[in-house]
Amino acid sequence: MGHFFMSRTNKIIEDHKVIEVLNPSPGNYFLTLQSPVEIPAILPGNFAEIKVPDAPDVFLRRPFSILDVDYKNRLIRFYVKVIGKGTKKLGELNVGDQVSMIYPLGNSYTLPQPGHKALIVGGGSGIAPFILLGKALIKNSNEVTFLIGGRSKQDVLLINELSSYGAVLITTEDGSLGERGLVTEHSVFRPDKFKFDKIYTCGPDPMMKAVGDLATAAGIDCEASLENMMACGFGICLCCITPTQEGNKRVCWDGPVFNVNYLKWHS
Amino acid sequence: MAQLGIKIHDLEFKNPVTVASGTFGFGEEMAQFVDLNKLGGIFVKGLTLKNREGNDYPRMAETASGMLNAVGLQNKGIDYFTHHIYPNIKDYNTHIIANVNGGTVEEYVELTEKLNELDRVTAIELNISCPNVKAGGMLFGTSCPSAIAVTDAVRKVYDKTLIVKLSPNVTDIAEMARAVEGAGADSISLINTLVGMAIDAEKRKPILSTVTGGLSGPAIKPVALRMVWQCYKSVKIPIFGIGGIMNATDAIEFILAGSSAIQVGTANFIDPTISEKIILGIDEYLNRHKIASVSELIGALEVH
Repeated sequence: MGHFFMSRTNKIIEDHKVIEVLNPSPGNYFLTLQSPVEIPAILPGNFAEIKVPDAPDVFLRRPFSILDVDYKNRLIRFYVKVIGKGTKKLGELNVGDQVSMIYPLGNSYTLPQPGHKALIVGGGSGIAPFILLGKALIKNSNEVTFLIGGRSKQDVLLINELSSYGAVLITTEDGSLGERGLVTEHSVFRPDKFKFDKIYTCGPDPMMKAVGDLATAAGIDCEASLENMMACGFGICLCCITPTQEGNKRVCWDGPVFNVNYLKWHS
Repeated sequence: MAQLGIKIHDLEFKNPVTVASGTFGFGEEMAQFVDLNKLGGIFVKGLTLKNREGNDYPRMAETASGMLNAVGLQNKGIDYFTHHIYPNIKDYNTHIIANVNGGTVEEYVELTEKLNELDRVTAIELNISCPNVKAGGMLFGTSCPSAIAVTDAVRKVYDKTLIVKLSPNVTDIAEMARAVEGAGADSISLINTLVGMAIDAEKRKPILSTVTGGLSGPAIKPVALRMVWQCYKSVKIPIFGIGGIMNATDAIEFILAGSSAIQVGTANFIDPTISEKIILGIDEYLNRHKIASVSELIGALEVH
């Protein structure tokens, strides 16, 4: 199994100031917040637990992958896709609002040997860890290809930013951008093109499982970042478990990144 | 600084703030957030004789002012605890209290005997109120004869402080409290979670894999306060109050209702540092009201 570096120290629990709220398409938001203290090292795949402010009906914190960090200006950025009352409220934040956050939580994607070729596959809110992952891979002298899927072209975000780290392939279910179909139907998976040393994936479970199966069939190492419902996010409630070769493991503590061969997935 | 120390049976607690089993791991995970030495005690994650994988995902549903869980006592069993966890936590300057679970009376007894060997586990909490297991658990805590049977059997093999955790899923909580007091409990803790359920109307399916689960959080606080108060009037043994405590004011309310100490539970999930803040808040309350010792507040509710 891959060795995952655990980021267990220097946790921040602080109120952060909202610096910017962008709304590139309906239901999609990019939040930038400023930390009152220095931001510790954030690894690709790490997440934060965010307390949705002024939302008495949102009892628990919500986990979000960390999209990007600007250590110098103490800025941290998130992608918020509206799926429920918590995410809806986060999209309604205003510049200047204070938001309580705990981070960095969870483990991170592992990097391949320098020079190796990586394919990063995601859809929906699964694209959130890809900027930090792309940066880390480029720094590690890897060649990066992204494959991003969505229902329609307005669901395919971050293309410009991702393209600074590697080629970006796109699929949409309605064919409005890139190849038509699901990400797993993209031509990059054809045997003559599917030549990578490492696959990374994040998105809905069925997509990640399908990507993992394609990678395993081709003998390529693959890591998936899971997004289970969590009550705490730091290893104590045992609510976010996923079945693995070694029994039920906490996605927030043992993950969120797992080697696909270690996972049994939910039936 | 007011006197925060309290006594449970023959154990001195440096303050009345402890953390509830299942909401604080084994302490290790929380040491990155909290100075464990400052806590009155830590009720560690529920233990069983053998490894338990717990229930299937989903195990959690957020509800109005609370949450349902259906974890089902996932833990690696007592031997793993003894060899791999206990050595890491035994030297903290706080009470380490084991939460004891079984499917049969014999399992409770065998587990208790093993815990008796661990010097730094200064008390056990007999969990006869877990709603998320098929065998044992709450079945023991919802009928007086079986609650008496398991408490009595464990009492015979355990000389240290025996706390029995009561289920709120009963008609008469005071009757249960009297029953376990009579069977030899040194203390009671209440309430465990209330059985509830959550439904996804769009999918027409239950949210939890187990359909029902245990409700916790501020949603259950009024029920918990009422039950603590009823028990306080019915038994002489000290009470750990539990149920939706989110801040120091909530803790004070439980102490006024008759709790000698409190357990912070679900609040740990939202603010892992909350237990330390509650200790400070209780001190602040006592100073503001010019009360010398927290023990003066136990059961000090003025009903009329």
